Amino acid sequence: MSEDLPSNTSPAAVNVKPRANIALWLGFFLSVFAFLSYIPIFVRYPSTRDMPWVNFLLFAVGLVFLFVGLRRAFAQAPLYGGKILGPILATLSVAALVFFCFTIFSLGKHLPPSTQAPKIGQKAPDFALSDTNGAIVTLASLLSTPSASSQPTKGVVLIFYRGYW
Amino acid sequence: MAISVDSPTESTDLCRKAGYTYPFLSDPNAEVIRRYDVLHKGAGINGHDIARPAEFLVDSAGIVRWINLTGDLRVRARPDEMLKAASALSH
Repeated sequence: MSEDLPSNTSPAAVNVKPRANIALWLGFFLSVFAFLSYIPIFVRYPSTRDMPWVNFLLFAVGLVFLFVGLRRAFAQAPLYGGKILGPILATLSVAALVFFCFTIFSLGKHLPPSTQAPKIGQKAPDFALSDTNGAIVTLASLLSTPSASSQPTKGVVLIFYRGYW
Repeated sequence: MAISVDSPTESTDLCRKAGYTYPFLSDPNAEVIRRYDVLHKGAGINGHDIARPAEFLVDSAGIVRWINLTGDLRVRARPDEMLKAASALSH
């Protein structure tokens, strides 16, 4: 009976079971962790939030492992498996890195310039908006209403926020 | 004085949950937000227009005395900076 052998293996290699290509998996999981960990973990600390160097480091280490794993899969086949899985995992990891960079660096430039906003020394534009009780509040009324201690109001802070909280 | 596109009902809920004591105003069509040029087009959920974070300190004559336009969503005004600006108003 003859068996069909894969064309790129020699007869002597047929009986060798490929080792698990740990490097590929390690590289992939490191990249995934690098991608997912920014928001839950590294955003909380200013030193790792503004430039997510830990995440980039994790990506770099992950990609090194993926490179090692790919080399083993192709140069040392059939000792190591991963000829199909390797490129898939590597592509996903690179895609994760690209997407990560895109969100990090585009988020920073995401805010409008607000060049026409009132500057120091200019008059604050008036408004008439309803408060939580449905009553209309104007800037003029805020500035003329005495504060809680019955002293004339010294001023008011207008806090604009995104909403949808 | 907090201004956003949230409706009065949404702001009441927020106040109650977070314990804010200062007034919240609703600017549902972002009219005042536009007047102060703090509009952030399409940045809200479902692409709604919302405000970018910004604070303005206005004195009793209606003049702007301090502003904070954060260049980064992740960085907000520190309370002590704002308090320092506010205490300068009495001079």
